[in-house]
Amino acid sequence: MIKKLFQNLSSKSVEIISICSAIILWQLIAVYIVKNQFYLPSFTDVTLAFVELWSKDAKLGLMDLDYQLPVLLVDLIYSLLHFWIGLLSALAIGIPVGMIMGWFRTIDRVVDPLIEIVRPIPPLAWIPFAIIWIGLNPLAAGFLIFIGAVFPIIINTFTGFKSVSRVYVEAAKVLGCNTDRELIRYVALPSALPSIAAGIRIAMGVGWMCLVAAEMFGVSRNGLGYKIWHHYYLHNMDLVLVYMLILGFLGLFIDRVLRYYIDGKLLKWRKGVVI
Amino acid sequence: MGKVKVVNVSRRFIKDKDTSTLALDNISMEVDDKEFVCFVGPSGCGKTTLLRIISGLDSPDEGEVYLDGIKIESPGPDRGMVFQEYSLFPWKSVADNVIFGPRMRGIKKKDALEEAEKYLELVGLQQFRHSFPYELSGGMKQRVAIARALANEPSVLLMDEPFGALDAQTRNILQQELLDIWKKKHITILFVTHSVDEAVFLADKIVLMSARPGKIKEVINVDLPRPRERTSPEANVLRDRILKSLLKEQNK
Repeated sequence: MIKKLFQNLSSKSVEIISICSAIILWQLIAVYIVKNQFYLPSFTDVTLAFVELWSKDAKLGLMDLDYQLPVLLVDLIYSLLHFWIGLLSALAIGIPVGMIMGWFRTIDRVVDPLIEIVRPIPPLAWIPFAIIWIGLNPLAAGFLIFIGAVFPIIINTFTGFKSVSRVYVEAAKVLGCNTDRELIRYVALPSALPSIAAGIRIAMGVGWMCLVAAEMFGVSRNGLGYKIWHHYYLHNMDLVLVYMLILGFLGLFIDRVLRYYIDGKLLKWRKGVVI
Repeated sequence: MGKVKVVNVSRRFIKDKDTSTLALDNISMEVDDKEFVCFVGPSGCGKTTLLRIISGLDSPDEGEVYLDGIKIESPGPDRGMVFQEYSLFPWKSVADNVIFGPRMRGIKKKDALEEAEKYLELVGLQQFRHSFPYELSGGMKQRVAIARALANEPSVLLMDEPFGALDAQTRNILQQELLDIWKKKHITILFVTHSVDEAVFLADKIVLMSARPGKIKEVINVDLPRPRERTSPEANVLRDRILKSLLKEQNK
């Protein structure tokens, strides 16, 4: 067992050495060259800040819930809440819109110019309206993430539906699958799934980018993005870096889980395709 | 029953206001039940278009097509079709591909899967039922496509150069297998090909078509006894005759 673990580690030795040397380099630069915790907190500063943060509690005051949890966990829960509100609503709206646009030419012509005009507006430009329309609550943060995530989903779903091979549609037709509904359900959707999955991945990336900005304007007193600004105002740069790293690792983690699930389960029929 | 009747069918493809091609010009013909008919002709003679009209995927500008006296207006499960391109749904396993038609007719998955075994056995691919199309060779893919088309119990099987993309050996094997299936299932087969060899080996009747506008030039009854010898003198004579006739058509 231990031997196996050791073998696993040694097969990843290059990667491990790479990460370790980056950390050592960071530490050396911070301690011997910059020599200023405010400009560049060292690795050990950040680790200590993390440990300290972990022991602090905060109240989770979501709806009727009222728990004492480590403050980091509370921030995490808030951020994931904002993120999932945005992403799920982007999926719920983006996929059907992309599907209908991809399948019906007329609807594409009606909707496409509108989307092309709205799409280039940076999601952060929506902040004033998000506050005025929705108020200072998690839904407003979710709205910004929604704006960032919905367009990649629409466009990739649309492209996936546009490029459904004609021979699959015709094969389905001669096998007795004739209505638009059936053709979309049984042919176009599965055929477009790889493209839709790629769209979701891009959307999650963009949504995650929007998270910090969405929380910046204080929709709640918690959240990873909010805390970055909060600690910046307090000049706790080590804590800023802790939150930055957590955002990075969490983004990586979410992407990996999604990729594992989609490539391993939903798209296993595509193993033969070179991506 | 699988009696196909084509009456005065014309089809014109319009590109823009000035350019259009007459793909089929006033075609009439009849195919008897359980007959094996091959369509041969120079490329662009409209043989695929005719097949697509019979399948219901395309519709004629003039004329009608009937199956057992009923006018064909849209695709239906009574006409199975095998395409030249690999048309298996890549996201479905072999068995799930085969049961696609029956499932569309509302048959329960369990019953359909049981039934599918029969067709997989017919094409000799039972052990591949859980494989995905990307794991199959070209010949195997077309075998599954045939099984999938047969699973709907069609009275007519339409085949559009189904073996065109296969290598010569696989092609010969599949031709033999198709004849075995045809003998067992007693269905009408309409088979488009550009290979005269293939037509002479397979068909009861060869429909020779002429190019632009597509017309039926000649219908040749092949009365060579089955099982046929590919290289018998009679087959060679027939092949020679058809090839010469095609050559005249191409040089026109």
